[in-house]
Amino acid sequence: MTERFPRGRTAIVGSATFGCGAAPGFSSMELAHQASVLALASAGLKPSDVDGLFVAITDDALSGLTFAETLGIHPRFLDNNRTGGSSFQVHAMLAAMALDAGLCDVALIAYGSNQRSSSGKLVQASRPSPWESPYRPLRPISSYALAAARHMHLYGTTRQQLGAVAVAARQWAQLNPEAFSREPLSLEDYLAARLVADPFGVRDCCLVTDGAAAVVMTRADRARDLCARPAYVLAGAQATTHREIASMADLTVTGLAEAAPRAYAQAGVKPRDIDVVEIYDAFTINTLLFLEDLGFCAKGEGGAFVEGGRIAPGGALAVNTNGGGLSCVHPGMYGLFTIVEAARQLGGAAGERQVAGARLAIAQGNGGELSHEALLILGTEETL
Amino acid sequence: MNPEQDFFAHLAAGRFMIQRSRSTGGYVFYPRVAEPGTGATDLDWVEASGRGTVYSTTTIRQKPPTPNYNLALIDLEEGPRMMSRVDGIAPDEVRIGMAVAARVVREGDQSLVVFVPA
Repeated sequence: MTERFPRGRTAIVGSATFGCGAAPGFSSMELAHQASVLALASAGLKPSDVDGLFVAITDDALSGLTFAETLGIHPRFLDNNRTGGSSFQVHAMLAAMALDAGLCDVALIAYGSNQRSSSGKLVQASRPSPWESPYRPLRPISSYALAAARHMHLYGTTRQQLGAVAVAARQWAQLNPEAFSREPLSLEDYLAARLVADPFGVRDCCLVTDGAAAVVMTRADRARDLCARPAYVLAGAQATTHREIASMADLTVTGLAEAAPRAYAQAGVKPRDIDVVEIYDAFTINTLLFLEDLGFCAKGEGGAFVEGGRIAPGGALAVNTNGGGLSCVHPGMYGLFTIVEAARQLGGAAGERQVAGARLAIAQGNGGELSHEALLILGTEETL
Repeated sequence: MNPEQDFFAHLAAGRFMIQRSRSTGGYVFYPRVAEPGTGATDLDWVEASGRGTVYSTTTIRQKPPTPNYNLALIDLEEGPRMMSRVDGIAPDEVRIGMAVAARVVREGDQSLVVFVPA
């Protein structure tokens, strides 16, 4: 049966971030509340207007209940689904379907994390594996490093090409006042960085920051009353392939290769139509794998695709315009930040880094260790 | 007992065992109660051949003087893939495609399967 996603029938009408970088003194929940109040206010709404709530906060298994109680929300539709960093793409898909079915009228998707200020390292949300722990993997870094090693082996991908991803992300971050790492980063700096897990050095790995994000969705018929330039949800798709890296069939092909064609079919667009691509770049290899699996180049050609500044500001394809998880913000689960940045680009609100005439954007999420992949395709009113 | 406990009991006795379905002939690792995909629950323990190939490899870098170490994914001859490490060679000399052989070793109070170049 053909997927019947409610194309263009819902839209993002408000979005916000809060505490990106370091936000000492706040709990994860408080950071998420701050972002939510800002996102709602940007659409002229308040917490009591929300009747559909979607929350995933790592340090509270029942975070949806806590969140609703503390902010005074009584949702008719509550979801606390967690697929890892891609949870929020799934939330947006569910929100679109729930809004379209009349199960809620105002949906709020929220996330916050104080991992930098509370622990200074990536917070592990899952159990240690009896099949992996004895070998002392450096999770999640080593899992992605194994994928990168495989990609290099099969396709001749080089460290310079991985470095081009890190350098491009930094150049975008330099245009974004909210980005955490804005000092210049050259390819030489990248290559000289301390090795962590071959082929990865520290500049292949995302930041460890605090940060919160929130987006507000309504049905399309109400969107223009709340927002001058809504980001309409044209498509949403996901795929799950495994949990732990040893169970991934091919470390160079992610679930996105299967999910992306479904999303393009829902939206009625092709990769060449996309103006802005917000990718879950927890590691440099992600950008190559996901550009390939999203259909922007053939499998194995990701390395060549990103060379020569092609995904940097002024390049052929605008990728991770906020600076990404590598240089802007990465509080543990980054997926909601790709949605916020895509909505900002489509709303013409991205300041110095604005991609002129952006009409179609992808906001992609990745969960676990290349385990769960999801994407949204968002568009301006002209794409309806 | 359950599959995980059975596996580690065999391992403590020096045997690297994997599961095989009587009805489908499929091999299963890590141990579980049903074969993935088919759902077959007629799983017997069989000794792994120990022959494998390096599917991917990385070297975890430590602050000197703590030594670096290898982490690898090994494709077993029977089909399943497992996380392990390759010993008997410098960690960054391990290559994808290298033929390897399993060894059961004891580290502290734990037995584990590692591989050496075949």
